Amino acid sequence: MKILRILLLPLVVGMLVLSGCSSTGTKDGMEGGAGSGMGSESGTSTSAAGGAGKWTGSPLDDPNSPLYEKVIYFDFDTAEIRPEYVDTLRAHAEYLVNTPDARLVIEGHCDERGSREYNIALGERRANSVKRFLEAEGVSPVQLDTVSYGEERPVNPGHNEAAWAQNRRAELVYQ
Amino acid sequence: MKKLFVLLALLFVFSQAQARLVIEITEGVEGALPIAVVPFKWNGDPARPPSQDIGRIVAADLQRSGYFKTLPENQMLAQPSTMAEVDFRDWRALKQENLVIGSIEANGPGGYKLRFQLFDVYQESQLIGYNFTTTEKDLRAIAHHIADLVYETLTGTRGAFATRIAYVVSEGTVASPRVSLRIADSDGYNAQTIVSSTEPLMSPAWSPDGRKLAYVSFENGRPSIWIQEVFTGKREKITSFKGINGAPAWSPDGRYLAMALSRDGNPDIYVMDLARRKLRRLVRHWAIETEPSWSPDGRKLLFTSDRGGSPQIYQIAATGGNVQRLTFENKYNARASYAPDGKSITLITRVGSQYRIGVMDLATGSITVLTDGKLDESPSFAPNGSMIIYATRHGGKGVLAAVSTDGRVKQRLALQSGDVRDPVWSPYYK
Repeated sequence: MKILRILLLPLVVGMLVLSGCSSTGTKDGMEGGAGSGMGSESGTSTSAAGGAGKWTGSPLDDPNSPLYEKVIYFDFDTAEIRPEYVDTLRAHAEYLVNTPDARLVIEGHCDERGSREYNIALGERRANSVKRFLEAEGVSPVQLDTVSYGEERPVNPGHNEAAWAQNRRAELVYQ
Repeated sequence: MKKLFVLLALLFVFSQAQARLVIEITEGVEGALPIAVVPFKWNGDPARPPSQDIGRIVAADLQRSGYFKTLPENQMLAQPSTMAEVDFRDWRALKQENLVIGSIEANGPGGYKLRFQLFDVYQESQLIGYNFTTTEKDLRAIAHHIADLVYETLTGTRGAFATRIAYVVSEGTVASPRVSLRIADSDGYNAQTIVSSTEPLMSPAWSPDGRKLAYVSFENGRPSIWIQEVFTGKREKITSFKGINGAPAWSPDGRYLAMALSRDGNPDIYVMDLARRKLRRLVRHWAIETEPSWSPDGRKLLFTSDRGGSPQIYQIAATGGNVQRLTFENKYNARASYAPDGKSITLITRVGSQYRIGVMDLATGSITVLTDGKLDESPSFAPNGSMIIYATRHGGKGVLAAVSTDGRVKQRLALQSGDVRDPVWSPYYK
């Protein structure tokens, strides 16, 4: 099983390149009231786009920056980072390395299937998987923290495959 | 069994603004014991009857258990309240095997005196008879106690009607949820919120004396385990380690709290001595270990681990040592807990792509699937082992349901607003 996946991986990456990479929608600002990361503290500053359409604020808020992507999605019952998110995570790693004051909380989330506490554990595994990736890219562990919400905070309240796919995620929440 | 689907759709909607549980029996048993529960007679000022209809509460409890089929009041030929008024031929003509009668009278300000008798209709003899003195606020509790006495006399098993359930309700929207931890009587009445939050609340666990609840709260954005006294509301934060603080479970003697913590890297099972606040790691492994649950004798614990590649149920002695895998059937088994007699466990088991409630006989290791939902979870035995309460989905929202341990009787306890989940049945009060 494991071997198969490894063999298939280059193929999957290749297909993604051909299809021009996937976009996972604009997620920013959707979690209003969820109580995390909405404020801007050390390391990030936000401002609106200038009149000329040129971005003058933090690259984290620039829709044209790879840093704008702050959610990555997972397959069912796994914490493996899909190849299409490697570029996004590398961009965040680079930003964090270059911005030592920046602090990131990685939230792990699951779909609703199965046991709630097991999903808390699975969500943590997803958050840690992202954390390890960033550390491997040179980010200081001091800048990173994780929290798992399991299935307790879905973004899509539906009960179907599409909703579940949106809920199996890690969110990068800059503090 | 599905063909029995019809029947017994009894609804009792009640007035409490907050709770509004509707209980319907979705599947029942043929061959349930016919019993007539006559409305209890009020021997007082007709203009000021007691707030609760005792006979109806008793009848509803018995009906809900699935082991009894109660006679509708409009089919009764008479409504006796004393043995002298009972003509057993009436009840035999209605094919009733047992009869419950009773009366209630005032006993000082706010007080009541209650009397009830249970008869064997064919023997024409009294099986049990009791007098109670009580107050307005305990009338429902007395009614459940009467139902327990009738149930035990006729089935030989202690009743569990005078117990409670704890559960979590989520209201509001995805963006701004309101989560409450509630407790209610076993019939869903008297629901009270004991804590509410804009952050997740989960995994309530009753102390063995039924007086405290441990639970997980994400207030401040991080999970912590809290213990709250049910009757006073007084609460205390027990753990707030880095990472997961989850799945609290009381030892049967109430001295220890097992839990899942990931403070040392990944979730393992720990046991806290509550008096000394001393923590001991019971299970240590690189995989996920969570959802500990004590055996009734306190000697063993179950837990969920994915060390074998998928979540399965394992067992370990409370003193530590070797870990034994218990489940081999089905690819996903989680959230297990022991039956009160310790001979079986209930768990979530995946059948195809559906998550259902099962019971595994510990002697044979075989799993019997009891439910037919897609996303059933959080099974918990009634303290007499007769039923299992669990969370399921119905009409697009989370509801509570109960199934008899043999799978024959199912009932739904549907909160009318919000998403209901994480139910856990209380122990007997001590």
